[in-house]
Amino acid sequence: MNKLGKNLADIGYMDTLAAGDSPLHRLDPRAKLLTTFLFIVSVVSFNKYEVSALVPFCLYPVFLVAAGKLPAGYLVKKILLVSPFAVLVGVFNPALDRQILFQLGPLGISGGWVSFLSILARFALTVSAALALLSITGINSVCEALLRCGVPKPFVVQLLFLNRYIFALTGEAERMSRARSLRTFRPAAVSFRVFIQLIGNLLLRTMDRAERVYRAMLCRGFDGHIRVVRFSKIGRREIAFTLGWSVFFSVFRFVNIPLMLGQAVTGLLK
Amino acid sequence: MHMADALISPAVGGTMWVVSGGLIAYSAKKVREEADDRKIPLMGVLGAFIFAAQMINFTIPATGSSGHLGGGMILAILLGPYSAFLVMASVLTVQALFFADGGLLALGCNIFNLGFFTCFVAYPLIYKKIIGRGLDKKRLIIAATIAGVIGLELGAFGVALETVSSGISELPFKTFVLLMIPIHLAIGLVEGLVTSGVVSFVITARPEIVTAAGEKTPPGVGVKKTALGIAAAAVLAGAALSWFASAHPDGLEWAMLKTSGREELESSGRLHGLLASLQEKTAFLPDYGFRKAAPAGEVKSEPAAGEKAAWPAIDAGASVSGLVGGLLTLLLAALIGLGLKRRQTAA
Repeated sequence: MNKLGKNLADIGYMDTLAAGDSPLHRLDPRAKLLTTFLFIVSVVSFNKYEVSALVPFCLYPVFLVAAGKLPAGYLVKKILLVSPFAVLVGVFNPALDRQILFQLGPLGISGGWVSFLSILARFALTVSAALALLSITGINSVCEALLRCGVPKPFVVQLLFLNRYIFALTGEAERMSRARSLRTFRPAAVSFRVFIQLIGNLLLRTMDRAERVYRAMLCRGFDGHIRVVRFSKIGRREIAFTLGWSVFFSVFRFVNIPLMLGQAVTGLLK
Repeated sequence: MHMADALISPAVGGTMWVVSGGLIAYSAKKVREEADDRKIPLMGVLGAFIFAAQMINFTIPATGSSGHLGGGMILAILLGPYSAFLVMASVLTVQALFFADGGLLALGCNIFNLGFFTCFVAYPLIYKKIIGRGLDKKRLIIAATIAGVIGLELGAFGVALETVSSGISELPFKTFVLLMIPIHLAIGLVEGLVTSGVVSFVITARPEIVTAAGEKTPPGVGVKKTALGIAAAAVLAGAALSWFASAHPDGLEWAMLKTSGREELESSGRLHGLLASLQEKTAFLPDYGFRKAAPAGEVKSEPAAGEKAAWPAIDAGASVSGLVGGLLTLLLAALIGLGLKRRQTAA
């Protein structure tokens, strides 16, 4: 399987996860969306030197992964895959901010290293929460939630279409690039000329497909409006989920639990 | 180019969400006004096309590196700015959700950087101007390349501006821009060449597709006028935001300071903490270091560098206990997770 095929399998796997069944899967997507959003906002709202207070927040993604029966290793791999950007931008911090912030024995730790660590922690938290959210919700439910939250319908319809045809077109692209690599001596390198022809042909096929899809929709009574099925509702569980986690987030945000814990432990040791 | 949540502040992320959300609503309204049924499946499938095309890499001659398609300009040429913006926004949303490529809070920034500049600035103000009425290949290549470069450069500028005003990265604005501009000059050139290559391929194979798209100028207000209006709104929002960001590095903390009388507690804590209870309180609420926006900042209850002499006792202890406590909390969270998992499998 080439890289394209792997990407495709990846999206498919996320959908498989979302099709699972757990109390978390059954929650109204709006509650999950809102809670995750609150989570991200609380995590990124810390000052840039904060590390220890960020740690308790990992409870939320850990909870989602555990209670949603998600494969933790797979999600960690995905987080590592997308980490380069955050690492690249953050890695300058240690070089630029050399002021010693605190002393650990003989080792002086500069503000840059602390803020770099903080960026990494934020990154891991926000990305894992977002990935876990999709894995327990699924793109269709996310779209439904968006629609109910007042997102314009043409945009939501666009998202649904996109999700539906990613598979068809990525499959098409995969077949084309496999056909090319089977007929060449240098399978890995696609020259610019060939690339343009590949993409151009893919585009032509895409437009033909759009025409066919449109006709098929007309045959099935399409009148210019897409109807999205809605079946969820906000109940006691949803309110408990969102409110409960909001309380947790505000406690984590304003009380540095790890520091208290650490002080208690080091105090005992003394 | 996709910004991550870890590098932006809530104020920046929120502002860009509002701006991009407004743009989406506006574009959706425009698309609805066009009332072209045929466009609905076309937009959806073209979005998937961009996705699929991005997964094919090509080798850039003489460099050994590889590039891929960004796609904004092709979409704008084929669909017009409003639909293209919606498609771009949806592609970025799916990338954020499925691949965690760009964060959820940063989504507003990403849609703005990669969608707005290409669809509402580079396309109407540069591509359209150069193409004019006639559509010959040479002009197409020039137009697509220049528009591609400018669109991407503006986007890169946006990334730098948003990152620096968030204040998480230490990179100074100038350095960041100087880093981003040459990289995106190269990427933009490649993007422009791909765009013009693909469009002229389509023109050769099926001229009617591109000419039909070119003729369809959206009804109502002209593209230029609306683009200018939106640009003005963005500049205003940006100005408001940068004021907000620079005056209060952290919106939430600022709000906290305003709503709670935390300053008092801090200042009495600074009176050498004669009362043991008060000292305990400062330890329990260690993060409330609002009293200074000093660049040295404070980690946990760590006193700022200047105060070290006055507070020799706490210094080493606080950082160690922060470390110990952090590790313990991590362990606890992992245990909770394991416990939950076991219960799940047992159930």
